[in-house]
Amino acid sequence: MEVIKIIGTDDTPNVILDADNNIFEISGRSLPEDVTSFYEPILDWLDDYAEETNKKTIFDFKLVYFNTASSKLILDILLKLEEMYEAGKDVLVRWHFPDDDEDMEEAGEEYADIVEVPFEQVGYSLD
Amino acid sequence: MDDNKTDIKDFLAFAYSFYKTVKEYKINLVYEGEITHQIIKAFTSLTETNMEIDEESTSIQKKVFHVMVESLQNISKHADCLPTENQRKEGKGVFMLGKNGDTYCITSGNVISSTKVPEIKNQLIKINSLDKDGLKTLYKQQIREGRLTQKGGAGLGFIDIAKKTGNKLDFSFLSIDDEFSFFVLTSTISKNI
Repeated sequence: MEVIKIIGTDDTPNVILDADNNIFEISGRSLPEDVTSFYEPILDWLDDYAEETNKKTIFDFKLVYFNTASSKLILDILLKLEEMYEAGKDVLVRWHFPDDDEDMEEAGEEYADIVEVPFEQVGYSLD
Repeated sequence: MDDNKTDIKDFLAFAYSFYKTVKEYKINLVYEGEITHQIIKAFTSLTETNMEIDEESTSIQKKVFHVMVESLQNISKHADCLPTENQRKEGKGVFMLGKNGDTYCITSGNVISSTKVPEIKNQLIKINSLDKDGLKTLYKQQIREGRLTQKGGAGLGFIDIAKKTGNKLDFSFLSIDDEFSFFVLTSTISKNI
């Protein structure tokens, strides 16, 4: 499958979607000028990937900031992962948050409440 | 000619009184005009630099960043324009960032069509009536049910500001004429939350 690799900037996240190497990751900051066009290829990629998934899919979110417009698109990604899980695939979402960032931890909890997919919260230290 | 001189004198006096007012209200940043993505990036980055110099905690820095982005995007996505303006342009407004002691104040003001007032007002009253858990529930409901508008609005901005600041939203709608109102929103971020 084609690999998506987007280098992050101060307003768009780093994205790696690489099925061959089993890396599925979105990290950094997300407040793109046009959220829909930024996330569209990612959602399309996931649709293709859902046709032929790996044995296990671990999707890592390691965001430090996202605006409310992005939060809606992040939910769309999670809903695609939920679909895969409901179709019997082995899927795990890992939500990484800085240890001292309660808001980011809470955002993970809220997503975990909304989507029916195995969800793991992982705190990390910035030091 | 004499009139012109008086005008200039008045204007120079205005510049000084404006400066004094800005100082009096402890405003660090004031802007009037179109809010573009570039403006949002410039203002947030400038404020981040200032907060780092002031050695603000990461938590406060992140909250101020969040509220600034949502307030600025509210203007850029929802501000209407007056038909009398020479250049019809939406997405314009006033933005102010103030810091008084331990409290950051973020204010946005923009023209909206008066027909939108009741809906916005009700939404703000509802948000202000909720506690932390209530806001969480409302957020989860809106993110699930809401749809992104053409301009990329998720209908989550006010709820997010209330959640992140833990404070009530201060707002007012001032009537411009029969058709239009001026909507002012102030969010407060206090250090001891």
